Amino acid sequence: MKNRLLWPLLALVALLLLNLVVTPSFFSLRIQDGHLYGGLVDVLKNGAPTLLIALGMTLIIATRGIDLSVGAVAAIAGAVTCVHIGSSEDAGTAFAGMAIALVLCALLGLWNGFLVAGLGIQPIIATLVLMTAGRGIAMLVTEGQIITVNNNAYRQVGAGFVVLPISILISLAVLGLVAFTTRKTALGMLIEAVGVNPEASRLAGVRSRTIIWTVYVFAAVCAGIAGLMISSNVSAADANNAGLWIEMDAILAVVIGGTSLAGGRYSLTGTLLGALIIQTLTTTVYTIGVAPEVTLVFKAVVVIAVCLVQAPKARAVLSFRKVAVS
Amino acid sequence: MTESVSPIVEMRGISLAFPGVKALQDVDFRLFPGEVHALMGENGAGKSTLIKTLTGVHTPDSGSVLLSGDTVAFSSPGQAQHAGISTVYQEVNLCANLTVAENILLGREPRRFGGIDFPAMRTKAAEVLTRIGVHIDPASVLSTHPIAVQQLVAIARAIAVDCRVLVLDEPTSSLDAGEVAELFRIMRVLRDEGVAILFVSHFLDQVYEISDRMTVLRNGTLVGEHLTKDLDRRALISAMIGRELGTLEAIEDASERLSASGPVLVHAEGLGRRGAIAPFDLEIRAGEVVGLAGLLGSGRTELARLLFGADKADSGRLLVDGTPVHLRGPRSAIAAGIAFCSEDRKGEGLVADLSIRDNLVLAMQAARGWSRPVPRKLKDQLVEKYLAALDIRPANPDALVRTLSGGNQQKVLLARWLVTEPRLLILDEPTRGIDIGAKAQIQQLVTTLAAEGTAVLFISAELEEVVRIATRIVVLRDRHKIAELDGGASVDDVVELIAGEHVPEEVAS
Repeated sequence: MKNRLLWPLLALVALLLLNLVVTPSFFSLRIQDGHLYGGLVDVLKNGAPTLLIALGMTLIIATRGIDLSVGAVAAIAGAVTCVHIGSSEDAGTAFAGMAIALVLCALLGLWNGFLVAGLGIQPIIATLVLMTAGRGIAMLVTEGQIITVNNNAYRQVGAGFVVLPISILISLAVLGLVAFTTRKTALGMLIEAVGVNPEASRLAGVRSRTIIWTVYVFAAVCAGIAGLMISSNVSAADANNAGLWIEMDAILAVVIGGTSLAGGRYSLTGTLLGALIIQTLTTTVYTIGVAPEVTLVFKAVVVIAVCLVQAPKARAVLSFRKVAVS
Repeated sequence: MTESVSPIVEMRGISLAFPGVKALQDVDFRLFPGEVHALMGENGAGKSTLIKTLTGVHTPDSGSVLLSGDTVAFSSPGQAQHAGISTVYQEVNLCANLTVAENILLGREPRRFGGIDFPAMRTKAAEVLTRIGVHIDPASVLSTHPIAVQQLVAIARAIAVDCRVLVLDEPTSSLDAGEVAELFRIMRVLRDEGVAILFVSHFLDQVYEISDRMTVLRNGTLVGEHLTKDLDRRALISAMIGRELGTLEAIEDASERLSASGPVLVHAEGLGRRGAIAPFDLEIRAGEVVGLAGLLGSGRTELARLLFGADKADSGRLLVDGTPVHLRGPRSAIAAGIAFCSEDRKGEGLVADLSIRDNLVLAMQAARGWSRPVPRKLKDQLVEKYLAALDIRPANPDALVRTLSGGNQQKVLLARWLVTEPRLLILDEPTRGIDIGAKAQIQQLVTTLAAEGTAVLFISAELEEVVRIATRIVVLRDRHKIAELDGGASVDDVVELIAGEHVPEEVAS
C-alpha cells in the first residue's frame, strides 16, 4: 500500500521542486486581508473541482464503472444556479439556486445509475449519453448565452476565503466525509467486493445494484458542487466550456493514484495525490512558460511517465537496468 | 520401466520460498521417458509450485533442473516449451472464439507471403488431432465443443510442438467417466511414443489406473518416489496426509447416528425452471443431510440455485417452515436462513482480492447493510474462531484469499456461510479439487452441523462421498428428479438409477 503511493508522491514532489527552481517565489505564502495567498494555495484552489470529481470517480471506478458525464453535469449545475439567481443579489436566492442545482444533479446521477445498475448497460456507453446530452441540457437552460451574475453569496463558493479558499475547504471536507463513510462503515468493503467480483457479491447477498446506484448519485452530486465552484469563481455560467474535459483529468487523477480501472481496491489518498499532480502540472505549464500549443503534449508526457513508473513491468525493466549497471 | 533408462527430467535439491512460506524444501524429482508419473500430495503440498519450477514460471532459490542431463534454467514458460516441456492446466487456457486449428497453432501459425497460411494450418492441426485420435473439424470454433473436447484440443496444442515432457495439471476435474477414458487412451498413445507425462489428479482411481510411478510431496518436502504397483492406496494416503485414516471412518459412524426426525424446514412444490430443471418436489428436514447425486449436467447445480434464489423459478413454490416464500434473489433466501456455497469458488464464491477477514464476514455484512458494520471485536472473534475451527492456513486474516490454496479457499467460503448460522446449508461440490485432509475435515463438519440441527444439501460428483454422508439421497438424471433413496443405499443402487433406462415420470408439464 505504502509502496503504491510512493511513486505518485515522488512525482508530486518532483513537480513542486521544478516549480521552485523556475519560480523561486512559488512556495512563499503571504497573508493579505486575512487571506492566504501563494503558489501552493493557487494549486489547491484550482485543483478543488478536479479533486471533488475525482473522489466520486474513485468510488465508481472501484465498482468497475466509469462516469464520463461529470463535466456536463458540472456545467448543468452552474447553468441552473446562474439562471435561477439572474440579477438577484440576495443570498437566499443564491442558496436556493444551488440547492435546486444539486437536487437536479442527484437526479442525473440516478439516471446514470439506472442505465448502469438497472438496465445493465456498460458504464462507458451509459454515461456517454449524458456526457453529450448534458451539454445540450445546459445550453437549453442558458438559452445558448453565457449567463453572468452579480451575487456575493454565490461568489463565495468558488472565490471566497476563510483564511484558505472556501473551495479547498469544501473539497477537503468531502474527502474527509468519504474517507470516514467508506472506512468506518462497511461501504468501502462492499464497494470493493462488488468491484472485484460482482456475481460472488450478489450470491453473498450484497445489494450490488443499490451500491452501484449510490456511487453514481454521489459522483453526480460531487460533479454538481464542482460545477458550482467553477461557475462561482467567474460569476458566470458557460454551458459549453465549464468543466470541459474535467472527466479526463478526474479519471487520470484516480489512475495516477493507483486505483485500477479494472475495479476493486481503491485509494482515496492516491486520488488526492493524483488530483494534486494534475493541477500542479497545469500550473507548472503556465509558470515555466510552455508554449500553449504544446501544453497538452507536455501534460501527456508527464502522465505517461507517472503511469510507467507505476507499472510493474516497467519497474522490473528499470531495476534490471540498475542491477546491470552496478 | 527399467532403471537403466536415464531420466529426461531430473530436479535436484529444489528449494523455493515465498514471503512467509517455504513452498519447497530440498525436493528431488525424476521423470522418465515413456512413463506416466503422478505427482501426489494435499493442497499446499507443493505440487503446483514444483510444476511451475519445472516449466519456468518460478525460479528456484536453490537446486538444479536437468533436462536430458543438461542443466537448464528457464525464465519463462515459453523457453520451457521451446525445450520440449508443454503444460496443460486445469482450466482450459484457450481462446474460445477462435477455431480449433487456430488454437492448436496459435503463435506458431504456418505463414505464407507474410500472412497466415490457413489451409496449411488446418492440415497441420488435423494431423495433430489424428495423432491423438480426436476426430473434430479443425475449422470449427472452439466454443462449440464441450469442455472435455476443449481439454483435448489443449493437449493437441501441447504436443503440436516437439514435446518430450507433457505436464497435465488436474486435467480430469471437469470430465465425466467417458471423457476421462478418452483422455487416458490419448495419454497411453503419447506414453508409448516415448513422451514423459507428469500427471496431477485428486482422483485416486484415476491415478491408479493410469500412472506407472508416483512421487509424493507433503508440506513442501519429498516423502517418497514409488512405483504405483508397490504402493497401495492406504499407504499412499498415509504418506500424503502423514497420519492414519481414522477420520474418514469416524464420519460413517456419525452419519448412521443421524436421525431425519426434525421438522420439515424447506419444502419445494413443483419448483422448476425451463431449460434448467424440470419441476420437482423436495422436502428437507432440520438435521438431515440430503445428498444430490447425478452426472455432470443432470441439473444438480440448477436445483440448488433455485432453492437459493440465485435463479428465478418459473413454476412451483417454495415453503420455509410451512410458509410460502417468494425468492426475489439470494438476499431473500439468506433472510430465510438458506446459504449456498457455489461449486465455482473463484467465479461465484470468493472475492479474490479481498482479505480472508473481509471474505469471511461478507455475507453477514451484506445482511446487515453497509451502514451497520460488523463490530471490529466481533469480527476478530469470528475470524479467530473459524480460522481455528476449520484449520485455515495461513492463519493470517489479512492474507488475500487469492493467495490461498484451493482447499483453504473452500474453507473460507464455508466459514463465510457458517458465520451467518444458516438453517439450510447448500454445498455444491465442496470437496472438488481439494486434498484428502481438507476433504475429511469438510465431511466431518457436515456431519457435525447436521447433528446440531442444521439441514444440509450436499452435492458431489463422487458418489461414494454422497452415499457416505447423506441420510437421504435425491437422484437426478437429465434435469429430472428421478428418485429418492434412504441413507442405507449403496453406490451401486445410485449408479443403477443414474444409468437406468426407464424414462423418468414427468412431475408436471
